[in-house]
Amino acid sequence: MHIMEGFLPWYWCLFWYIISLPIVAYGIVKLKKIIEETPEAKSLLAVTGGFMFLLSSLKLPSVAGSSSHPTGNGLGGVIFGPAISAVLATIVLIFQALLLAHGGITTLGANIFSMGIIGPLVAWIVYKVIVRKEIDSKNSKSSIAMFLAAFLANIATYIVTAFQLAIAFPEPTIESSFIKFMLIFAIPQVSLGICEGFLTVIIWENLAKVKLDVLKRLNVFN
Amino acid sequence: MRNKHIILVMLAILIATVPFALYSNLGEDEGYFTGADDKASEIVKETGYTPWFNSIWEAPSGEIESLLFAIQAAIGSFIIAYIFGYWHAKSKYNKKQ
Repeated sequence: MHIMEGFLPWYWCLFWYIISLPIVAYGIVKLKKIIEETPEAKSLLAVTGGFMFLLSSLKLPSVAGSSSHPTGNGLGGVIFGPAISAVLATIVLIFQALLLAHGGITTLGANIFSMGIIGPLVAWIVYKVIVRKEIDSKNSKSSIAMFLAAFLANIATYIVTAFQLAIAFPEPTIESSFIKFMLIFAIPQVSLGICEGFLTVIIWENLAKVKLDVLKRLNVFN
Repeated sequence: MRNKHIILVMLAILIATVPFALYSNLGEDEGYFTGADDKASEIVKETGYTPWFNSIWEAPSGEIESLLFAIQAAIGSFIIAYIFGYWHAKSKYNKKQ
């Protein structure tokens, strides 16, 4: 989902920065508040960030014959919501832009929007829709919800990237361009998204086993 | 739960390795297993667009790039493993008390 350095016209770079930065700023405020209110959430936050670091570094082959990477943004989206996930994604994306020449500083705003904001937002909504009432931690509903959240967050991230490229390069039309980018991005992601869903469920169930009290205080189980 | 997790990991590995069987003997030269991000960049270039900004620093070779990706994965796994280990030891200690 990384749009490479310089691969969006400057006005689109600016546009996505203007949209993403306020959300990241709001995320930093929210992050401070959560750490103050629930200091135990700090280690949970670190695991969530570490998970995003790990998953977005894994380039996996997809059944469509290309290779791409999971995003790791579903877990953070469900536990902490999209704003805080945007902060975590920003750290990951800056690391990749500066050290790996993957993504870029000019396209950072656009990449934060897809991986840090829309992906986690979709995960958060999907999870909240499935887990509406308070549930027991033993209930497998939360695992199923987490699988779908992570899977759809991954797909949504790539759909947004395809959309961002399509509106910046509507050759010959936005629709045809969107389909072209979707064929590269979103469709190969289906198999990767399933892998990502499985891995997210594993870490999620382990978290729910050892840090149930903190997760309950963050209202993840109701 | 542990057995279920082992099965899930194996399924994830299986899904990730199926492409190797599907496209055996095909490689980068035939256009397989290349990065989706790079493919998208190529389509953008085909429209006649030239990037207006280049990466400040780029890994000098594929080897160095894979080193940096490995470091990224290592940082992530280190954090996860360290904290899970800490929680595990703490709960054991608390039980003894």
